[in-house]
Amino acid sequence: MDKNEVVLEVKNLSIDIPVSQGVLHAVDKVNLHVDRGEILCVVGESGCGKSLTSLAIMGLLPKNAQRSAEMLELKQEDLQKLTERQLSDIRGNRMAMIFQEPMTSLNPSFTIENQLLEPLFRHRGLSKHDARSLVIEMLELVGIKPAEPRLRQYPHQLSGGLRQRVMIAMSLLCNPDLIIADEPTTALDVTIQAQILELMMGLREKFKTGILFITHDMGVVANIADRVAVMYAGQIVEEGPVAEIFDNPAHPYTRGLMSCIPVPGKVDRDSALGTIPGMVPSIVNEFQSCRFAGRWDENYEENFTPCNLTEVSTEKRSFKVNSNKNHLVHFCCDQCLDQSQHTLTEGRWLCRTQ
Amino acid sequence: MIVYTIKRIFVAFLILLVVSGLTFSLSHLSADPALTIAGEQASDEDIEAVRKLYGFDKPVVEQYFNWLSSALQGDLGKSYHYKAPVVEMISGRIGTTMTLGFLAILFALVVSIPLGTIAAMRPNSIIDRFALLLAVFGQALPTFWFALMMIILFGVWLRWLPISGNTSWAHFVMPTIALGYYATPALMRLTRAGMIEVLSSDYIRTAKAKGLLPVSVLFKHALRNAIIPVVALAAVWFGFMLGGSIVIETIFNLKGIGWLSYDALLRSDLPVVQAIVLIFASFYVILTLFADLLNAYLDPRISVR
Ligand SMILES: Nc1ncnc2c1ncn2[C@@H]1O[C@H](COP(=O)(O)OP(=O)(O)OP(=O)(O)O)[C@@H](O)[C@H]1O
Ligand SMILES: [Mg+2]
Repeated sequence: MDKNEVVLEVKNLSIDIPVSQGVLHAVDKVNLHVDRGEILCVVGESGCGKSLTSLAIMGLLPKNAQRSAEMLELKQEDLQKLTERQLSDIRGNRMAMIFQEPMTSLNPSFTIENQLLEPLFRHRGLSKHDARSLVIEMLELVGIKPAEPRLRQYPHQLSGGLRQRVMIAMSLLCNPDLIIADEPTTALDVTIQAQILELMMGLREKFKTGILFITHDMGVVANIADRVAVMYAGQIVEEGPVAEIFDNPAHPYTRGLMSCIPVPGKVDRDSALGTIPGMVPSIVNEFQSCRFAGRWDENYEENFTPCNLTEVSTEKRSFKVNSNKNHLVHFCCDQCLDQSQHTLTEGRWLCRTQ
Repeated sequence: MIVYTIKRIFVAFLILLVVSGLTFSLSHLSADPALTIAGEQASDEDIEAVRKLYGFDKPVVEQYFNWLSSALQGDLGKSYHYKAPVVEMISGRIGTTMTLGFLAILFALVVSIPLGTIAAMRPNSIIDRFALLLAVFGQALPTFWFALMMIILFGVWLRWLPISGNTSWAHFVMPTIALGYYATPALMRLTRAGMIEVLSSDYIRTAKAKGLLPVSVLFKHALRNAIIPVVALAAVWFGFMLGGSIVIETIFNLKGIGWLSYDALLRSDLPVVQAIVLIFASFYVILTLFADLLNAYLDPRISVR
């Protein structure tokens, strides 16, 4: 892979938040990368640390959260070295973010035009006339036609779907290398959701932007992802190309997520949809026992298809799945690894289990 | 916005009508104007004659409508004591009171908005604590006591400022501070609370994500939303400032309408009292109306409701 094609590279990103009972390790040694023109979906249930991860990349974490990372680079530029001022030159310019809450993410006191012109004045220094025509062009591109009358409107005069489109247009204005979309469709209804997803895929084609797309919906993942990272309790448990993840899920948690999506034709009308039992464990202070205790699906063995695992890192219990170097699975403890019943073909673990 | 404006103006008129009716009947119940006009030593026949002459024998409702119809034509009657037209007495003095009220609210805003904003940026810092201390003092000290302390310090000991009269701008310094300081705590606390809430809102995060500099995040995106309630409160406080000028004008011998109303009350000079109450009430109503319209302008969501 050409180095220039990597837009975002994150290594061992951790986020700690002091809370009354101790320290919350909300995000724990996460590795990610996004390539040019690629959509990476980070998927996981509510509270697993998806939003914090994206805010950490933008440098917009809440004041009490502490970030540490071995590497945090946007197009090979180290974001951790930058001053707050230099970082603000990059935000909204070379990396932009679309938030989870379209209803409250726009300032109620200013017109759409006013808020859309800002990034262009800040980063491009355009004249009002040029900036305005670019804004109109972007709004039409995201499907707000005619755009002109919308410019004078205030956010409360637009529906949620339109506001999210405005947010998307805003993120595109300076033609960023990376867009972080934090559950951009969660607050919208299904038809609007489909339109927005289509729009984002179109934009990816057109601008070759790298997109970090955060969601908790496997259906959305199936639609738009090139690659997937499955996140659980602050860690990434499995990552790989979307087809691999759906065809050969190796981590029991990934399988659990998959059983929660209804697939037309495959699921009997009468049979219940899958669920993952239990709740996300509290991740305050050091973690002693297994993160998945009580969360194994009872029918796990029935639906089981074994994969071949090849060890890549002993420290993190990381394995290649079916010898595909892009498809990795990580286990939190030996118990999980044993219980998952995969065939181990190489490495230290092989000796141990036999 | 236009419909909203018309509605609000209509309500404002209704309120004024009710207020004027109430003051009229209350003041006519509390004092016998004929007695005041005729003087202490007047005989019963004289008093009766005065009553007829001025129309005090007629029902209060009729008197009120007579007063109202001439008031609407700009005639507020004559002072019983000074025998001068009330309109002239007031128009000669209202400038002083307006100047004082305006300077006082300006002083309060100039102190409270920056202080509240800084306090909100660093909650529980030294500046925040200092601002809180100031607020507690402001709320606890009676205005007249504060005014007297200033007179002793700056007027008598240091001799920096004149203590009585209204012939120069220097005469307004102490009254402005005495009156304005009283409004500062409330405005400052509201600015602080508003800023803290707004600074943690989603659209501030959006503004930062756009790469805007802290100055425009703070002053464009945050302050604009945080001061909406402050504007409304400031308008109401401006009304209080005008009312509060009764005490301050008396202490500093600033001859505005606050001083005049104190004088008129002592003399049971009803036409003057009525006119001043009507004027203060109109200010209140107009200011509240103004605050609402300004709010509607600043926060476009309000006029839709
Ligand atoms: N400012 C904060 N102070 C304390 N805890 C926080 C703070 N922000 C987030 N958390 C906690 O960190 C964890 C991860 O939060 P995060 O918002 O990243 O979850 P998420 O994966 O985005 O969930 P969702 O799908 O609901 O958006 C949660 O348990 C949350 O309660
Ligand atoms: Mg989230």
